[in-house]
Amino acid sequence: MKYSGFKVLWEGLKSNTGWKPLWRNPDPKKNYDIIIVGGGGHGLATAYYLAEKFNITNIAVVEKGWLGSGNIGRNTTIIRSNYLLPQNQPFYELSLKLWENLEQELNYNSMVSQRGVLNIFHSDSQRDAFVRRGNAMLMSGADASILGVNDLKKMVPFLDFQNSRFPIKGGLWQPRGGTVRHDAVAWGYAKEADSRGVDIIENCEATNFLVKNGRCYGVETTKGLIKSKKVGVCVAGSSSQVMGKIGINLPIESHVLQAFVSEGLKPVIPGVITFGAGHFYVSQSNKGGLVFGGDIDGYNSYAQRGNLPVIEDVCEGGMALMPLIGRSRLLRTWGGIMDMSMDGSPIIDKTNIKNLYFNGGWCYGGFKATPASGFCYAHLLATGTSHHNAKDFLFNRFEKGRLIDEKGQGNQPNLH
Amino acid sequence: MLIDHPLLGLRDSSEFIYMGDAKLLNRPNWKSKNFKTKFIDYGYLRKNPAGVHKELWYHEQGDRSWLVVTRNTVTHEILKVELARYLKRKANAK
Ligand SMILES: Cc1cc2nc3c(=O)[nH]c(=O)nc-3n(C[C@H](O)[C@H](O)[C@H](O)COP(=O)(O)OP(=O)(O)OC[C@H]3O[C@@H](n4cnc5c(N)ncnc54)[C@H](O)[C@@H]3O)c2cc1C
Repeated sequence: MKYSGFKVLWEGLKSNTGWKPLWRNPDPKKNYDIIIVGGGGHGLATAYYLAEKFNITNIAVVEKGWLGSGNIGRNTTIIRSNYLLPQNQPFYELSLKLWENLEQELNYNSMVSQRGVLNIFHSDSQRDAFVRRGNAMLMSGADASILGVNDLKKMVPFLDFQNSRFPIKGGLWQPRGGTVRHDAVAWGYAKEADSRGVDIIENCEATNFLVKNGRCYGVETTKGLIKSKKVGVCVAGSSSQVMGKIGINLPIESHVLQAFVSEGLKPVIPGVITFGAGHFYVSQSNKGGLVFGGDIDGYNSYAQRGNLPVIEDVCEGGMALMPLIGRSRLLRTWGGIMDMSMDGSPIIDKTNIKNLYFNGGWCYGGFKATPASGFCYAHLLATGTSHHNAKDFLFNRFEKGRLIDEKGQGNQPNLH
Repeated sequence: MLIDHPLLGLRDSSEFIYMGDAKLLNRPNWKSKNFKTKFIDYGYLRKNPAGVHKELWYHEQGDRSWLVVTRNTVTHEILKVELARYLKRKANAK
């Protein structure tokens, strides 16, 4: 289906009777070239780029629930490329570039809104660290600048600049960062993958892998056995569960992260504001709700719901940064399961079983990575070699001691 | 979540610091065979089960003891709480 302004008018005249589902609902075939396990953002993007860039269309995406039931429909929708390390930053900048053209490419309105991301600092040393990060961003071709208090007073006058614990001294500003309507990303990729021949099979859980002589040749699912030349796993928070079926232990713990939305308000927050020192970040949705969050709960969890101490902590962070938030009412909270890796960075790699590939370890930052993750995973699945922007996201970095640890926290997943 | 501390009774989990899988209590011997593989496993690889999980909680804002908590990661139900030092002593005595 093609969308256009003309089509909207035309359908308006016809009482909107001509819209069709965005993807078919096929039964699985017996054989595919590639099966992607997990129909989240990354799995769907992978299928799309395999079809679009590598001309491989005999693909199935098997999803245990419905599209968008995982983290792709649970996140707080922030996109940015403001990383420090050379293994990460070019990858996220590639992703941001792909976001910038995504709607045209997919012919789907995913509301990519580059209203800017502001990281606030409170001390000289924090400023120096942000200057260094900003330079790393510039070197990768991204945009960055340092704003002083006076700039911030114009841009976000409602912040508590005089906060006695964390007085605001300025911020690192990335104008090209912003937010994207998250589930529209899944739908857009699904629509375009489907129209190129990819079978998207919902309510189909992969229960095991078909492996013989160290080679994977398909998956066992709740809709029967499906064979394929290659299998790519892409299941975010369920990574350890799925890889555990064939005895692979991962450098990953699953943790719950909560998100929060207030009632709808008039426009007040210009872009995304992050208050790292207070474990709080906020943006405003197109409907007007303040969308905010903070830290993960901090213990292994598959519950998709968190506990009250973190809700309290996040709301306290909000009050410390911008006391006006106390006047709004919290409407909803929910949780998603994060694949927290041992160094806070992802893995896009082969496994020690031939033809079985793995993509995961995205922590709470995998939404912004969706296009580049799909792009680089498609590259790996199609060519057998890592894309140069993802060449360090390998399993063996842990044994080699080449961790990609942005925060320098060590092997403690709940600190990343 | 409330953790039933063996010495102090029910305590709020936010008094604790979470350290992950209780396998960390069993550090491999550096003189053993394959010690390198064992240490990579010890340092980085986790079973990460959906269900019953034995894990370490440190009572930082309390008596500073280490606890081994057996907890269901799907329901957050706490099934058992033990003092890590007792478990360790018991294991060493064997
Ligand atoms: C509250 C919250 C806020 C976040 N905020 C941000 C943010 O602001 N910016 C950002 O960049 N990132 C953010 N993230 C992280 C981001 O959402 C994730 O890293 C990313 O969505 C993970 O990739 P995905 O979309 O493929 O995951 P998912 O959508 O979770 O996809 C995985 C899919 O695999 C399926 N699956 C699991 N097991 C099986 C099986 N056995 N067989 C078949 N299918 C299976 C699941 O049902 C699921 O649909 C946030 C996450 C949460 C929870």
